[in-house]
Amino acid sequence: MHPAPSVIFFTTFSGLGYGLLFWLGIGMPAPTGWVAFVFFAIAYIMAVGGLLASTFHLGRPERAIKAFSQWRSSWLSREGICAVATLLIMAIYGAGLVFFGAEWTILGWLGAIGALLTVFTTSMIYAQLKTVPRWKHWTTPTLFLLLSIGGGALFSGNVKIAIPLFVIAGALQAFAWFHGDGRFNASGTTMETATGLGHIGKVRAFEPPHTGTNYLMKEFIHVVGRRHATQLRIVALVLGFVIPVILLLLGAKHVLGLLAVVSHVAGILALRWLFFAQAEHVVGLYYGKR
Amino acid sequence: MTTLPPPSAKKLGLVIDLDTCVGCHACVVSCKGWNTENYGAPLSDQNAYSGAASGTFLNRVHSYEVQPPILKDKPAAPAQLIHFPKSCLHCEDAPCVTVCPTGASYKRVEDGIVLVNEKDCIGCGLCAWACPYGARELDEKAGVMKKCTLCVDRIYNENLPEEDRQPACVRTCPSGARHFGDLGDETSDVSILVAERGGFDLMPEQGTKPTNKYLPPRPKDVEPEYDILAPYLEPIAEDGKGFVGWLDKALSALPGGAK
Repeated sequence: MHPAPSVIFFTTFSGLGYGLLFWLGIGMPAPTGWVAFVFFAIAYIMAVGGLLASTFHLGRPERAIKAFSQWRSSWLSREGICAVATLLIMAIYGAGLVFFGAEWTILGWLGAIGALLTVFTTSMIYAQLKTVPRWKHWTTPTLFLLLSIGGGALFSGNVKIAIPLFVIAGALQAFAWFHGDGRFNASGTTMETATGLGHIGKVRAFEPPHTGTNYLMKEFIHVVGRRHATQLRIVALVLGFVIPVILLLLGAKHVLGLLAVVSHVAGILALRWLFFAQAEHVVGLYYGKR
Repeated sequence: MTTLPPPSAKKLGLVIDLDTCVGCHACVVSCKGWNTENYGAPLSDQNAYSGAASGTFLNRVHSYEVQPPILKDKPAAPAQLIHFPKSCLHCEDAPCVTVCPTGASYKRVEDGIVLVNEKDCIGCGLCAWACPYGARELDEKAGVMKKCTLCVDRIYNENLPEEDRQPACVRTCPSGARHFGDLGDETSDVSILVAERGGFDLMPEQGTKPTNKYLPPRPKDVEPEYDILAPYLEPIAEDGKGFVGWLDKALSALPGGAK
């Protein structure tokens, strides 16, 4: 799949933003006044920034409002509703903390559940696709949720929770990569089933339908970027989990904490780049590619 | 509504004969023509007159080489070249419809045609992600998803002469490789064709239940023994005796000569 910067930024920063909102919602921490304002501002900049980034990949962004209508069938529609509802609930909860010093617990918990649902529905947009065997797996939603609440724990200063979450997320990510490498072959979709010509013999793409490229090839066949996948996986694990955990164990105050945040975000960006660049869509088979 | 309707009795679709398709791309051109000049946003091209041309097509023709397996007691059968037109298969369980967040993508209750309401499409591309066949292409100029409409503006169009009331690709095919009809009706011409020729689904394991069917290439004839002229056609000087043999050895002995 084409690793579009808009969706990489969207999934990374929305995930972190909603993760932070989750911890704020359950009152860990429950600051008031200016401190609360800064916490909520960071969460909203990331969550809203990510959502805005996602609209950049739309062909007709001016119609985005229509995407709230099909929650009965569409994970993308559900995600839009959860995202906006959570932002609204948490805005009221945040206003209570910032302006009135009041902790409206029920609203906070509602918002926290909404934040988790937002991340879950986002992950299901990818995990539902049978056409991308690497994504259609329980590890996709689990990792999205773990990374979101893990990153949120880091941003909210819940260091003691962030460390084990990072260890688990790193291990699960490694497993997801390892297991995901074999899923395209395990899916049973091949050039022979794609063309239905397997009963004659081995199928090879002889001539493409056109001399140039097209939307499908640009969107779904991304071969070049996969060359450095192994190195990038190591970079993502080291930046995303190993360095932050070491820094947090050394003491998470100020400079070290900031370094941990920067390293973690860079790691997640690399990881998300791989999430898209390494995902192979079955349509590539029609072009003899993956 | 992007939930799928219950399966319709009428299932309009195409039957494509891989045995007779000659790979001329006439269906591609007529499709592009009709669907640019008529319903919906035109199918745009980008950099049409440069080396990096690309554009939106609802129907594309691939060509595949299929190599029959090499068996122990027989020489390998020659590879076959099979031209393979591909467009929307109007699946009964269309994954492109249910993923749509706006309701722009829908399957018609009355005849099963999968369409996009371009006024509602936000161009998110998720339907193209969900389609295993590459049947949907986002038009770069219009920013909306384009797909085969089964020429819905031809097949019911009473302003056209009756023989033209079929998809443009079917109407134009010079080799009769494309057939249009109701695959929900077991007695229709297309259903009989599918039953007789063993029509198959593309990627059945994806669970999309395509309406369109493909007819397999017919088995190749086995070459008979032409033994009347065969003795006269055998190579004469293979053993290299006499003058030819001497010439062969002499030329081989020269520097760089063939051994």
